[in-house]
Amino acid sequence: MNGIIDIKDLCFRYSQENEKLDLSHIDLHVNEGEWLAIIGHNGSGKSTLAKAIDGLIEPEAGEVFIDGEKLTDKSLWNIRKKIGMVFQNPDNQFVGADVEGDVAFGLENQGIEREEMHARVKKALEVVDMQNFAKHEPVRLSGGQKQRVAIAGVLALRPKIVIFDESTSMLDPEGRLQIISLIRQMNQIEGFTVISITHDIDEASLADRVIVIDDGQIIDDSLPEKLFQKGEQLIDIGLDVPYPQRLKLELKKRGIQIPAEYMDEESMVNWLCRSILKN
Amino acid sequence: MDKMLLGRYINGDSLIHRMDPRGKLFLSFYFIVIVFLCNNWETYVLMTAMVMLFVKLSDISLGFFIKGVRPLIWLILFTVLLQIFFSSGGHVYWHWGPFTVTDSGMTNGVFVFCRFVLIIFMSTLLTLTTTPIEISDGLELLLKPLTKIKVPVYEIALMLSIALRFVPTLMDETTKIMNAQRARGVNFGEGNLIKQIKSVIPLLIPLFVSSFNRAEDLATAMEARGYHGGEGRTKYRKQEWKRNDTIAVILFVVLTIALVVLRK
Repeated sequence: MNGIIDIKDLCFRYSQENEKLDLSHIDLHVNEGEWLAIIGHNGSGKSTLAKAIDGLIEPEAGEVFIDGEKLTDKSLWNIRKKIGMVFQNPDNQFVGADVEGDVAFGLENQGIEREEMHARVKKALEVVDMQNFAKHEPVRLSGGQKQRVAIAGVLALRPKIVIFDESTSMLDPEGRLQIISLIRQMNQIEGFTVISITHDIDEASLADRVIVIDDGQIIDDSLPEKLFQKGEQLIDIGLDVPYPQRLKLELKKRGIQIPAEYMDEESMVNWLCRSILKN
Repeated sequence: MDKMLLGRYINGDSLIHRMDPRGKLFLSFYFIVIVFLCNNWETYVLMTAMVMLFVKLSDISLGFFIKGVRPLIWLILFTVLLQIFFSSGGHVYWHWGPFTVTDSGMTNGVFVFCRFVLIIFMSTLLTLTTTPIEISDGLELLLKPLTKIKVPVYEIALMLSIALRFVPTLMDETTKIMNAQRARGVNFGEGNLIKQIKSVIPLLIPLFVSSFNRAEDLATAMEARGYHGGEGRTKYRKQEWKRNDTIAVILFVVLTIALVVLRK
């Protein structure tokens, strides 16, 4: 498989006065079409890593390759065309005056012809199911709808990689589920390489691979199933463990025998029902 | 304030609504200039008839236009009274110290009143039939020649449109902060002037801080979407010069000629 993102020995610090590196010797390889989740507590450096991939911050040392091309000042704008980003705050990334104007913003930046723009905006809005809101101003939209517009803005640009930087953390549960299912659709049906940075372990558990960042370092890189078996360790580094896993830990503490493998909500319910029937 | 800035636009599909914003902007400014050509009854009647024709064509009820006059009524009355009491010439009706009321003073008063109302009606017509974003787009296109002398027209227009887009967002935020501060015991709009000014500080500081955060987020988001200045950008929205606009321009040319002929 081809590596679409290759990061070699990346270091970064926000201020020269900081003794500690905010990103410390990161090595990361992401395959094309992969869904990678990055988890870590607040200030662990996970958003910084995303910004480094898009060239929004300048690393102190190390190299970033996107689709085989090295990230430099010269290649920056070309590389940004290959990466779409959806950020955390739905309001602070809405540039346009209305929905279609916002989706078109990135296209305008690339100098795309008007006819082509109209076609792409229309199609992108259909994918996120917002075609009936094309003329709406941001005030008249919910947080989830604004995030869908942001995703449409990314889709219209047709990048190869889409980075979700805690895009679901400010949404209500319904909006969150909609965005997560859109992410899944984009990765599995449309074939985008997806990186989702998240606090939300439920979101991470859907990914192909999960890396854990703590103190600017990658401390774990594994399949979601494997990772979540390490319940207590995850709590130690300040993360939320999915509800079924937390329940499992609590049951264990009370001396109840539980299978070691990872369980999602459904299999947990099934297992619980079976054990109740046994007793 | 929300209503004042953004709620003014009234959705519609009239001849005036469909005009090119550039045409509307230009003609509104031009109208203010030619109002000053009026100096007798004939010219004012002609101007008023013209404005009424546009109001009729916009399909918006006269009430909205009268509402536009209301906030300025004291300024208008003050100017009218100045004209009435301090003009000289013509037959003197009443005289007391520095005050004189003459027949030409009365006529001037009426003319000044008409001039104000006509200008307000015309600019209200612009804001009622054009969305803020159309106005900012129109301004950008009208001012485009200024890029030749290094005026960053594109950036100014983008700033204007982002400012307009964030007005309601910041309004919401202000309400939230006010409520949060009220919960901590701040009284807004109470006490003497100094107390009231002081109570604004716990409102302004958080608002400032959060605006800076928003600005930084927005800049990152814009950069991530490939924004690197106005150069080489295309426009999604199109402004089209239509037959309506040409007709309106011709109408204004005829009007100007008529005014020049009719004035004293």
